[in-house]
Amino acid sequence: MSKQIGRVAAFTLLLFGVLFVNLNVIALVQADDLANHPANRRLLIREYQIDRGSIVVGEEAIARSQETEGDLQYLREYPAGALYGHLTGYYSFILGRSGLEAALNEDLIGQPLEVLAQNLGDLLFARDQAGNTVELTLVPAAQRAAAEALGDRIGAVVAIDPRSGAVLASYASPSFDPGPLSTHDAAGIRAAWEPLRDDPDRPLVNRAISETYPPGSTFKLITAAAALENGRSPETAFPDEVVYDVPQTEADIGNFGNGACADGGTISLADAMRVSCNTVFARLGVEMGEDELIDMAERFGFNRQPPFELTVARSAIPKSMDVPSTAQSAIGQRDVRATPMQMAIVAAALANGGQLVEPHLVRAVRDPSGRLLRESSATAWNEGRFDSQVVDETVADQLRDMMIEVVEDGTGTQARIDGVTVGGKTGTAQTGGDPTVWFVGFADEEVAVAVVVPQAGGDATGGQVAAPIARAVMQAALAAS
Amino acid sequence: MSAATGTSRRTGEPRTGSSPRATEARLLAFAVVVTVFASMLLGWSQSPELPPSAVLTGVALTVVAIVAHLVVRATAPGADPTLLPLAFLLNGLGLVFVRRVDLAAGSDLATTQTVWTAVSVAAMCVVLVVVRNVRLLSRYQYTFGLLTLVLLVLPLVPGLSAGVINGAQLWIDVAGMRFQPGELAKLTMVVFLAGYLERKRALLSVSSQRIGPLLVPPPRHLAPVLVATFAALVVMAGLRDLGSALLLFGAFLAVLYVATGRAAYPALGLVAFAIGASIAYQLFAHVRVRVSIWLDPWSQVTDAGYQLAQSLFAIGTGGLTGAGLGGGRPQDVPFSATDAIFVVVGEELGLLGATALLVAFLLLVVRGYKISLTARDEFGTLLALGLTVTIALQTFVIVGGLTRVVPLTGITLPFVSYGGSSLLGNYVLIALLLRISDESRGRPGGRSSGRRRTIGRRRTDAAGAR
Repeated sequence: MSKQIGRVAAFTLLLFGVLFVNLNVIALVQADDLANHPANRRLLIREYQIDRGSIVVGEEAIARSQETEGDLQYLREYPAGALYGHLTGYYSFILGRSGLEAALNEDLIGQPLEVLAQNLGDLLFARDQAGNTVELTLVPAAQRAAAEALGDRIGAVVAIDPRSGAVLASYASPSFDPGPLSTHDAAGIRAAWEPLRDDPDRPLVNRAISETYPPGSTFKLITAAAALENGRSPETAFPDEVVYDVPQTEADIGNFGNGACADGGTISLADAMRVSCNTVFARLGVEMGEDELIDMAERFGFNRQPPFELTVARSAIPKSMDVPSTAQSAIGQRDVRATPMQMAIVAAALANGGQLVEPHLVRAVRDPSGRLLRESSATAWNEGRFDSQVVDETVADQLRDMMIEVVEDGTGTQARIDGVTVGGKTGTAQTGGDPTVWFVGFADEEVAVAVVVPQAGGDATGGQVAAPIARAVMQAALAAS
Repeated sequence: MSAATGTSRRTGEPRTGSSPRATEARLLAFAVVVTVFASMLLGWSQSPELPPSAVLTGVALTVVAIVAHLVVRATAPGADPTLLPLAFLLNGLGLVFVRRVDLAAGSDLATTQTVWTAVSVAAMCVVLVVVRNVRLLSRYQYTFGLLTLVLLVLPLVPGLSAGVINGAQLWIDVAGMRFQPGELAKLTMVVFLAGYLERKRALLSVSSQRIGPLLVPPPRHLAPVLVATFAALVVMAGLRDLGSALLLFGAFLAVLYVATGRAAYPALGLVAFAIGASIAYQLFAHVRVRVSIWLDPWSQVTDAGYQLAQSLFAIGTGGLTGAGLGGGRPQDVPFSATDAIFVVVGEELGLLGATALLVAFLLLVVRGYKISLTARDEFGTLLALGLTVTIALQTFVIVGGLTRVVPLTGITLPFVSYGGSSLLGNYVLIALLLRISDESRGRPGGRSSGRRRTIGRRRTDAAGAR
């Protein structure tokens, strides 16, 4: 019988061997897939046991965690509601994370989630883990001014400190309140989410960074930069035509209001900028050729991904254009498209002596005891073949002066602020239907701004609609500094 | 040392040093210390101050361990020294993890389980005192056989039955206490089988007929195989208890194989079982559901496959070292205190802890086989083997079920799961193994003398049968 007992024992060992092997497969090989399976709430609950750090603007927390009873221990709150909704994003156990809640998750958690509760010491003595506080560069007054000035209009505002790249305001309208999307009530989240998702005005889209629009006449800044670098000066005279006869096409380009820009004789480049003269800039584009235009746009950041905490859509200019296209693109129509963030970067570079800086939202990260972990500083945006000095200082200053003229005595007078040097450029892009209107500019060296209002209404212009919004935001930013 | 021990065994003088009982005492102390330490860790994971429950568990277990040790010392001084410590280690960890589930669920099962521990160890002591000679049991084999049937159908008897609970009808209500007679039925069945097969093994071993490639005994001797298969299927259908059916049938085949020495029996049994199982699959919806969950739990994670998916999540999330005692989520796994207790261990102690637990079972099983090998007579051999296979299979069926090796069926993990009847049954099982191992003392490796003795007895039995 002992032989048979041996075989039964061997069979038993085999069964246990299968168990051991299988346990190893589950706990080691499949562990990640199992831990991250959507129906497995363990990591989620562990994550909600963290006292997630606050996101702070000025003195106030715009995202903070509140302890609750229940499985999901901490509740995320957004005291400022929709004002910073696109920036903070939501923190939802159904929808996941978006905005800075997603981008800065590791900072807000304090340490990578995988490290959590993996050692006995943590488990016994440090169960209440707290995340780091993230301080933003935003100026609350400027942000509020942007929201109030836009009002019910669809549109977006981005304001940047030209010297540092610090984003002072970034608001898109309509916005959304992340609060209801971040509760612990699944039905409530869906009830709040569905109307937002289905709203034709798309409040979930952050138009400041994630949508591109035809930049219209604001693109003339780039055309002019190319011209100045190519031997023209602000005084260079151009024929003042009612219509520019674009080579190779019937579709000629006229001016806004269908007249000449000055007296019908000649007009200087600076004056053409001041009154936003389409015929001059279309002619300039064709004279210089597509390559100059594309190159200058790319140096300012087109066809590139701006470095930023949140994902910014690429602003685009076609890599090759025929002559009619070049004429259209030189005045910011046709296939040229830009985000408000990109145009604010352009304005900032011109206010900053031609130096391109990386935009950023995070000023500092502090641990729960207040110790500074990380601080951001002005960083030049250069990469690959692109130097951060987009144009030399002389060209930048010439453009800057031309922009000041625009506000002093041109299309941008509505942006004037007493006692402050304000420069700018208006834009009114005709794309069929209502125009998309723009204002990009700066006040002193302290704030650069871009405003877009798409579908602004039949006879709206950048000067009438966008310039006052920019003015309000610049004024608020200056007052706070 | 070993020579000295051998001498003392033979002369029956008081044992000192590394006698089995001294070894047992040390191992028991180790088991209790491990339990107390785990209990304290669990307490600290919840609050900085040690909760009274942690102390209570430690004190209760210590007292029970001392009593058990003294009774074994008095009634079975030569018994295997590792059985009791292994049982206590598993039992103690079971108490800790049942307490862990309590903390998550707001229940108080651990206190009840502590009481059941005391009752079960008392039962073990009673068996040790009453059954001074294991052959005593073989005399009542048919009584045990009948008892097995009675125990199995008890939950179906109106008035006693506690009804269908969690899809199975396994419990009876007696004076407000819920009891699972099937947990004892597996013991009585093994006693019956050991007795029956010891007597019939000669008949079943000789004469062969050829069916295809298989050499089989005459059809009338096949009857037990068919009857047992049928009984297993009846249990499966009537009580909706796949796990117990598998367990009983597996133990039966193992004992049959060892008794007859013929591989044809388990082979035939497996064929019969396969046919029976496929018929059951056609006939019973709950069997089909179990199989479909086993094949694909992921498409039904929110309903039928919920328990299996949650079990795999728990073990997978636990990873190598686990979430730590108190760091898991037993509340997410259905039946975490009973059927799925292994999952809680896997999540909180990780692969390492779960492996350690299985190793404890493996050691217990290996000792069981050793006792079977060295038993004084064939009845003892077959009984020890049957009991050991029962524990091994039960562990395999539930752990394998929770980890998707086999379809998941709700049975307990011996000693660890919450449940009084299971605990009681398993301590009685340990008592029997202790008794058999005690009887074999003084004849280590004594198969030759054993064989001689049993051959003589078999002749007598065969004559008597005529």
